[in-house]
Amino acid sequence: MTSPKPREFSPESQKRIEWLFTRYAVKEAALLPVLRLAEEEFGVIDNAAVACVAKVMGLSPSNVYGVLTFYTHYRRDGDGKYVVQVCSTLSCALRGCRDIVHHLEQRLGLKPGETTADGKFTLKKVECLASCDTAPVVQINADYHESLTTEKLDAILDGLR
Amino acid sequence: MASVDYKNFEKVLLKHVDHPDSRKLDFYLSHEGYSGARKALTELQPAEIIDLVKASNLRGRGGAGFPCGLKWSFVPESTPKPKYLVVNADESEPGTFKDRILLERDPHQIIEGILIAAYAIQAHSVYCYIRGEFAKGYTVMEEAIAEAYSKGLLGDNVLGTDFRCDLTMHRGAGAYICGEETGLLSSLEGKRGLPKIKPPFPAVEGLFGCPTVVNNVETLANLPHILTRGVEWFQSIGPEKGPGPKLLCVSGHVERPGTYEVPLGINLNDLIFDLAGGVWKGRTLKCVIPGGSSAKVLTAAECHVPMDFDSLMAKGTMLGSGGVIVMDDTTDMVDALYNLLRFYHHESCGQCTPCREGTGWLEKIVGRIRAGHGRMEDLDLCLEICEMMCGKTICVLADAAAFPCESIIKKFRREFEERIQSGSGHSRRIFPSPGGPLVQIGAISAHNQEEREARKQSAKH
Repeated sequence: MTSPKPREFSPESQKRIEWLFTRYAVKEAALLPVLRLAEEEFGVIDNAAVACVAKVMGLSPSNVYGVLTFYTHYRRDGDGKYVVQVCSTLSCALRGCRDIVHHLEQRLGLKPGETTADGKFTLKKVECLASCDTAPVVQINADYHESLTTEKLDAILDGLR
Repeated sequence: MASVDYKNFEKVLLKHVDHPDSRKLDFYLSHEGYSGARKALTELQPAEIIDLVKASNLRGRGGAGFPCGLKWSFVPESTPKPKYLVVNADESEPGTFKDRILLERDPHQIIEGILIAAYAIQAHSVYCYIRGEFAKGYTVMEEAIAEAYSKGLLGDNVLGTDFRCDLTMHRGAGAYICGEETGLLSSLEGKRGLPKIKPPFPAVEGLFGCPTVVNNVETLANLPHILTRGVEWFQSIGPEKGPGPKLLCVSGHVERPGTYEVPLGINLNDLIFDLAGGVWKGRTLKCVIPGGSSAKVLTAAECHVPMDFDSLMAKGTMLGSGGVIVMDDTTDMVDALYNLLRFYHHESCGQCTPCREGTGWLEKIVGRIRAGHGRMEDLDLCLEICEMMCGKTICVLADAAAFPCESIIKKFRREFEERIQSGSGHSRRIFPSPGGPLVQIGAISAHNQEEREARKQSAKH
């Protein structure tokens, strides 16, 4: 097994991190924003990214990993290029999210939690996205897609390169 | 009871949200923007503003309905520690989506409210904790904040005064519990979002151990209007003990789901059947959640009630986050409850045994009933678990899970009993596809499939 390639923040990111440190009386508070920066720059928060963040923050990697894994919305190792998050809480369930999930399972050949072999799509069932009036709703990476039908969803996925 | 004139109610909070320029500072300024903050910072003392907001009876719009001015007054006036204002933009209560509209479409209204609150409690550093999924709201707020800084509405000399106010956006990353104020503060400090026991309350010992006020987005959005139009105006809207304009979110089985700005005190039936167009597809009302998923449910017969803090409390439920979820007569209440219990179990932070284990047992037991393996004793067992969860934990997530569980089982007990007696593995009416045929009997969830396999296996032996 090869060691993961060490990751380093770009000069722009480092500047941003320096600025973040000035915004909080306690440096540790910048951890979540720095994790977002790592997600943006490296495209994923893998072990190498965790090590990089830990170094910059002056925290242990296990501390950073413990915080990272508390949250569900960071891009992790194994996530596809497009993470398709289907809201599955009550209001969306009342308006057909189950059909959306089934349709995606069939179209992508995935069960929730899985990623396509080509690494393009990950399917996830997530909790309330605060868009209940336009249910059913899916978030793909950062974008909300609302008032969905299976046809609309197909058109959206067709457009993703 | 006197009916509330909601039809002619002029929008306050949502006044500008449909205008294409609603995010722009120029637009906001040309519509009396920041005049409330200007009045507060140049004409009033912090203590006067606290008294003003206390007198208005503005109650928190995040879910707890705690009097805003009273919370502010808990911050010690003289202390060597810095004071903090934290904006709770972690909107995650199922059925709630009002803060998102304010964040995405009228950011300056929020910033103005922030200035008033920060000045009142003398906080020079403000953090807006926004849930990670609100990427768009984050971008909109960042742009508005940059505009505000460039025009001296934030920074060292706000509005030309010697009041310094710095505002920093802080993105969450997916955790319902970070909407709980102490969970939020833990997360803001860079840790796992674990709630802390109260007392001490954040107003005394909050962020970094310093006096901190956490206010909801909608609560803050009310402040500019209270400052410019006065306490008497605010109190004229709805009941005296908890007045004002309210954003109510209607979702589920209605013709017109959406956010409605109404005077507090509007009758729930008027909200559902008039504003939201009534139950969809010509169906009949069965059950309503009046204030976000953590509020106890109301049966159709119980919906003749004013939507305000005290009336709903008197009815045994709560206004909560104002998330109204409507369920029609085809709704399988066992399935609906299971959906919510799965949510709470997933979102439990795990610190407290009654919550961590309780939410898990409730999900399992109701899951068993849903899969056709329920026993009659299960219903009282669930109610007993609910009782053991309430009031015994660091935060109220346990109570929040127990409330819908207890109220749904109690108010729809017959349906649960029939389900247990029939032993049917799944409802014939699992959330029917809107406009389509009923979900095929064969298309059952993975959970059910596991149960059926297990049953087959045990039947073999």
